[in-house]
Amino acid sequence: MRLLGLKTFRHGVHPPESKDETSGLAIRQFPFAPVLIVPLVQHMGKPSIPTVIEGQEVVRGQRIAKADGFMSVSMHAPASGTVRGIALVPSISGRMVPGVFIEPFPGSTQETAEGTPCPLETATPDEIVAAIQDAGVVGLGGAAFPTHVKLKIPEDKYVDTLIINGAECEPYLTTDHRVMLEQRDDLFMGIRYLRKVTGAERVIIGVEANKPDAAENLREGLPDDLPVSVEVLTVKYPQGAEKMLITALLGREVPSGGLPLDVHALCVNVATAAEIGRLLPHGRGIQERVITITGPAVKDKGNYRIPIGTPLRFLLETVGVDDDLTRVFLGGPMMGAAVSSLDISITKGTSGVTAFTETEVERTYRHEYPCIRCGYCVDACPIFLNPSQLGILAMAGEYQRMAEENNLMDCFECGSCSFVCPSHIPLVHRFRVAKTSVRRARAAGAA
Amino acid sequence: MAKLSKTLEIRTSPHVISGYSADTIMFNVVLALIPVTLFAIYAFGLAALLTLTTALGSCLLTEYVICRWSGKPSPLGDWSVAITGLLYGLILPPGLPLWMTFVGGVISVGVGKSLFGGLGYNPFNPALVGRAILQAAFPVSMTSWVQSFTPGRFLSLPSSTLTLPFTEPIYDVVTGATPLAAWKFDRELAGTGDLAVGYINGSIGETSAVLILLGGLYLVLRNMMSWRIPLAILGTVAAFSGVLHLVDASRYASPWFMLFSGGLMLGAVFMATDMVSSPMTPKGCWIYGVLIGALVVVIRVWGGMPEGVMYAILLGNALTPHIDDLVRPKVYGTSRREKSA
Repeated sequence: MRLLGLKTFRHGVHPPESKDETSGLAIRQFPFAPVLIVPLVQHMGKPSIPTVIEGQEVVRGQRIAKADGFMSVSMHAPASGTVRGIALVPSISGRMVPGVFIEPFPGSTQETAEGTPCPLETATPDEIVAAIQDAGVVGLGGAAFPTHVKLKIPEDKYVDTLIINGAECEPYLTTDHRVMLEQRDDLFMGIRYLRKVTGAERVIIGVEANKPDAAENLREGLPDDLPVSVEVLTVKYPQGAEKMLITALLGREVPSGGLPLDVHALCVNVATAAEIGRLLPHGRGIQERVITITGPAVKDKGNYRIPIGTPLRFLLETVGVDDDLTRVFLGGPMMGAAVSSLDISITKGTSGVTAFTETEVERTYRHEYPCIRCGYCVDACPIFLNPSQLGILAMAGEYQRMAEENNLMDCFECGSCSFVCPSHIPLVHRFRVAKTSVRRARAAGAA
Repeated sequence: MAKLSKTLEIRTSPHVISGYSADTIMFNVVLALIPVTLFAIYAFGLAALLTLTTALGSCLLTEYVICRWSGKPSPLGDWSVAITGLLYGLILPPGLPLWMTFVGGVISVGVGKSLFGGLGYNPFNPALVGRAILQAAFPVSMTSWVQSFTPGRFLSLPSSTLTLPFTEPIYDVVTGATPLAAWKFDRELAGTGDLAVGYINGSIGETSAVLILLGGLYLVLRNMMSWRIPLAILGTVAAFSGVLHLVDASRYASPWFMLFSGGLMLGAVFMATDMVSSPMTPKGCWIYGVLIGALVVVIRVWGGMPEGVMYAILLGNALTPHIDDLVRPKVYGTSRREKSA
């Protein structure tokens, strides 16, 4: 579908973008915290197995944990220093997970250890997939799904289009924007690796129209050896959701319960692709990532290359926060998870840290009215569900019926319905509760 | 560096919401009705002022009392009952005895809204429920039309207005037929210009089509009203009556007359579009509008009454859940429609 000449999907919402304060700020290196805590669960899948012990000295970039099976990835030391222990640490999900405590050497130059390079020209697709798993690469857009799992294409499937997701539709966040401006060569190198693995005939980089400089920069540097194009998309949330992006660019619908592979597409976030291009030629692993630190409560807003494992408390103390700091969430305001503890660490899936003062938080605390059937949510849902009806069923506890008759499980929790609801019904929250309940019931039924 | 210690509030995403609120929408509907209301008072004078005040007052009072009884917090702040009260007053004949107005207001909110569970749960437009019951109970009073723009309208009241409860109202002032009744029973046609501006007889608020359309336009531009519903209703009425008019111009009135007479404008713009009792999907809105438009023409042309907007909308309201069920959009990534719930 096209709107005023730009490609897009149907439905969706227009939250205030709030990107101006950081989109013009170049990526800066964030300092090392006195202690870095690297959780061993930073991805969807099994925890990594630590390969270091307490008291051991590690070099920045050295592997400190290995993948436990296919649905897992390696972890690397974010700094040269001493392993102070391995213990349970809080995570964003509220669950305690094992984590490695590393105390960086004071005064160290923090040179990164070189690994075994994965040369683009000679490596086979399988070797590249293995190298990506070894580098600990997960989706940096926020989902943290292990990238190598996505790249393992079954025999009966093929990819004709590789989509590089530079939509960055979440308000406040500008990391992908900066990566497209500052890491163009890394990005194209990453695309070369990804194209070799997938065998895609063409590559499309989708960029929302609010980043014209990024699109322009990529277009100016398009390499001759890659069949890659840049497509500018309408500014609309959730344009960066995998399914919406595929529909916008290719006009194909990913089947319910299926994968992009079912429509011969594969989506990789720009930051993930750039990281692959940056790491693989040197055989390095992910030990840091680019995040946006922003929000009205933050003093020194900006885009930072930050060591994985930086505790949130150190992060906020370093950039400075207002006295009436009230809510901190990882990611943007539409899908970001609020943190209950400042002792959790920045992980590979953290695309940003947004801090709100009381003013912004209070704006969302509104009296909940009954559903007035205005239909705003019906016009917003990118999946074409009926959130109003699902909301009524959720209040009645009819979770099974929601899943069986009203496609509840197709909801990917973008929050558009809650955003527009004039009755301020926490729709997506109730759907999360319902989905969890249905998943549990299904798991119990299967067991 | 001071150690950061702070109590954080947690809540699930989204952490931002759009500026729209149910009470803002309702308040804007009231705003959009103000020009219509002022014109109505200008046209019918004291009688309209008293009727509107009584209608609004009885609705607000009923809502307040019922909420006190049921222990619910007073919902008067959401403006929804103000819309009901105002709309209900606007669709009454200007000389209606005030006690009838009061009874109808109690029925509108008590039966039309609260009985079904209050805001958001009423299957029918509450104002129309009140009027429909009055129409059945007091057919004569509900079809006696006080002349508009009488010289003494700001100084005196029609005697019927102050009729004591349960006594026969006496109409001392000239009563005039509405344009629709004049056409239906006497084949007299009012000028379209007078109809559009509102120099005609009729219910308090149905006279000025131009002001009603402006109010509707304001709400549509602010995305607080479905534009599809009024367009579908008015389009259907125009097309249907246009065909009839072409067949036999002496028997069937022109589409212009059909569009601008009676309660069609007020009904199509402010009544049928009530969010609670109309469909949610765009396709559903079209079906609902076409259905109401067709019913209006059928009742007006072949029915026993000169006007059919009220019954057409009530029937449309009754079908709303079925329409919504019928036109469920195809869910992304599925080839089938959602199963019927």
